[in-house]
Amino acid sequence: MTSKSGASVVIVGGGVSGLSAGWWLARSGYDVLVLDKGIVGWEASGRNGGGATHYQSPLFHEEQRLWPQMDELLGYPTEYQRQRIIVNLTEQQQKRYAKMGAITRAMGYESSELDGKQLRELVPYVGDTALGAIYFQFGGHANPQRTVQAYSWALQDHGGRVLQHAAVTGFKTAGGRVTEVLTTKGDFGLDHLVVAAGPQSGVLLRQLGVELPLTAARAEMIVTEPLPLMKHGGVDGNGLYGRQTLRGNLAYGGGPHEWLEENDGTTIARPSTPLLRNLAKRLAELFPKAAHARVIRSWSGIIENTPDGRPVIDRLNQPDNVVVCTMSGVGFGLSPATGHAIHDLVVDRKCSFADISKLSITRFKDLPADWRETMGWLPPIAEAAHG
Amino acid sequence: MIDRKSIAGKYPEITQHAQLLVIGAGPVGLASAIEGARAGLQVTLVDENPTSGALMGLDVPLFYGQRMSGAVQNKDRMVEQMLIASPALEEAFELGVEVLLGTYVWGAFVNGPGVQSLPGRVVGLADEEKSWLCRFDALVLATGARDLVLSFAGIEQPGVMGANAFQALVERYNEFTGKRLVILGSGDPAVATATLALDHGLEVAALVEVRDTPQAPVDALVARGVEILTGQVILEAKTNVEGVSGAVLVDLADGTQRVIDCDTICLAIGLVPNIELADVLGCRIVPSGALGGHVPVLDASGQAVDGVFPVGDCAGLTHAGAAEGRAAAQAAARWIAGEPAIETVSVAPQGDAYAYRLDWMQALVKTGSSSVLACLCEEVTREELVGVKPPRYLGCTSNKIARRNAGTLLKDGPLNHDQFKRLTRVTMGPCQGRRCREQVALMLAIESETPVAAVPLAGYRAPVRPLPLSVLAADDETNAMAAGWDVWFGIKGQWTPYADIGTEREAQHDEDDDGDSLHL
Repeated sequence: MTSKSGASVVIVGGGVSGLSAGWWLARSGYDVLVLDKGIVGWEASGRNGGGATHYQSPLFHEEQRLWPQMDELLGYPTEYQRQRIIVNLTEQQQKRYAKMGAITRAMGYESSELDGKQLRELVPYVGDTALGAIYFQFGGHANPQRTVQAYSWALQDHGGRVLQHAAVTGFKTAGGRVTEVLTTKGDFGLDHLVVAAGPQSGVLLRQLGVELPLTAARAEMIVTEPLPLMKHGGVDGNGLYGRQTLRGNLAYGGGPHEWLEENDGTTIARPSTPLLRNLAKRLAELFPKAAHARVIRSWSGIIENTPDGRPVIDRLNQPDNVVVCTMSGVGFGLSPATGHAIHDLVVDRKCSFADISKLSITRFKDLPADWRETMGWLPPIAEAAHG
Repeated sequence: MIDRKSIAGKYPEITQHAQLLVIGAGPVGLASAIEGARAGLQVTLVDENPTSGALMGLDVPLFYGQRMSGAVQNKDRMVEQMLIASPALEEAFELGVEVLLGTYVWGAFVNGPGVQSLPGRVVGLADEEKSWLCRFDALVLATGARDLVLSFAGIEQPGVMGANAFQALVERYNEFTGKRLVILGSGDPAVATATLALDHGLEVAALVEVRDTPQAPVDALVARGVEILTGQVILEAKTNVEGVSGAVLVDLADGTQRVIDCDTICLAIGLVPNIELADVLGCRIVPSGALGGHVPVLDASGQAVDGVFPVGDCAGLTHAGAAEGRAAAQAAARWIAGEPAIETVSVAPQGDAYAYRLDWMQALVKTGSSSVLACLCEEVTREELVGVKPPRYLGCTSNKIARRNAGTLLKDGPLNHDQFKRLTRVTMGPCQGRRCREQVALMLAIESETPVAAVPLAGYRAPVRPLPLSVLAADDETNAMAAGWDVWFGIKGQWTPYADIGTEREAQHDEDDDGDSLHL
């Protein structure tokens, strides 16, 4: 019942989850249309640390299985690099990351502890006082900006379509199903709808009578000029996440976020702030031998969070042809697996490779209306221009 | 309830404060600072010059092309040179203006859409050792213009430089090391550059113009022995061990080539308003061929956002001078006092710099090799730019990537400069896009057959000067910042292994985490 300009599956949101889902569906032969209000991967999907080591997720095994194959599967480079190091500057950190090693070892993933000397071999920019590190033989990182475009191109190579600059304005429903999505670039009929629109998902779903509790916040990163490549680029520590890119830049984020007002669905400004000084401080502490590196950019991304910080990946009962996905701020690395899960929910109503039942939207059905106030997820109160 | 991992309450109180902060100590900024002091305001005037020799070597903020002497490494000496070159600085001192030379402004921040957490209205300042924040009531931006760089073979060689950089080396520092120039362009900047060079006893071999007629009166230059070569474009810089040794020109009509000996090739095709600070402030920025590029939108009183007054070349190339600088200070004083703004009548600017730049770019693309660099820092060629090729160090040569190019991106929507940055790394290097931003936009306009003004601006980001981690690093961090710092959001239970959710093991994880996340 696909209308002429529609598609079997319409995906709202050309972020990394929506694009991956589109790619999975297109390569399975589904007629897919991905809609984005702007350019693909323009929001948090293209503005993150690129980490791909998410042991907490039910999608972890699939994430680990897929990443080493992604360049070949997509046909475009993602800059995926395997393995991960977390530096211990304090004994407390050492204990913490050892626990992470124990958790992942129990799941079948190897890791080892490096002493200071071993660490400096692999990561020469750390200082002489670094105690050591935990070295994961799994996980890794990729280039988010290259990866989002790779998904977009790859799904088009499989016959899928991407329509940019098409903002969703509404939906048509009939018989308990969504039948059409209305956009600034025309209306599109559909058999299945996927909503993976990041911070805008809440506003969109409300139009379908579905309450998805989300609050958006801004987080920031900095990037330095290129430096000689370390033996190992995927290094976290000192309260920072990030990587040395294959070009040699140090790209790192972390630290406090700023909660934002609920958004009406339009593009949210992404200013950087003087927080970059605090990021610079921590990066210089993590890599004292690179403290001379010039910072050449900072950027920020807008990230939506659910009240428990965990994803929602679910097929709704009502309307019953809608799959909802928010990764609650941890979407990039898991995206190869997320797309697979969404594909399965669209096609079979059930994820074929993992139990994801605890990521159902129904867990929030009794959430009190004032949950944002209770958790303090509110914008700061600014002072007026005239002090 | 406050989320202790959020930004709320984490900034220190900012003790430095200027009632009127003026950025840029050129003629416009100086006039503004002096006028502000006369009006009884407490004024701070900041200028990054003399910048470090290292930054000048990176072509920041101007395209110096390595034609400065070693003396620029000596900051004290450069300060002396500046005081000699700019007597009005003395006047500013005497009026009690706090003058901060050699001080970089790497950001300017006000609360607005998407940010409510700032510790006041602040600029980010830095010297060679440290960074700090300074509050302001009103801000006059008089940051001037930088050089428009359009590339040709040999663009990266010592001796290829910009007109504003030339002026700075000659007038401000007296440290220009070239002797004989070929100047590209024949409009006002080119004529001014040639005149300045001749007045300082330098040789000017020729002005080179792609159009068929000079774009400004050149009779006086001709009388002083300068050749005016119209209908020609530069093909490449000839070089020896010291850099440029000549300019190879090509006639656009018949393709004949000639070589002119010179040690300096000076790009004087146009200037570009310095809008970095206006952009990071969140001012609305629009393209204007008449004003020389993207400029902040000003209201009738000259404000871009509350209490922020861009004036002079950074607001558009309108030959604004001291009078406009003074007017900006007066408007700022009224704003500080809460008095109603006086609306000024501005004359609609004339001309279209984009059309002229496009003529140059088209001539350069038509005659030059596709292996000419479009981006000097990241060494992205024109061919790689329009081919949307991944950087060479990735060694990626799949058939699929070979089929992708600007044309296939165009099918998805209008070409966006930022998208090319992501995919090719063009404009992503340590010079922060100063040397390639405009020519990339020109090439995207050519490639997509759209007006230059329709190519979206590649956004500027703080720090708008490339400063070391050790300099930017905050030495005034609060305990709240340190105690509330988390790798990620610090949401309780976010990293609990999935299998343990809803089991008795869940509580143990919460306890171990102690409110700090273990995010990767």
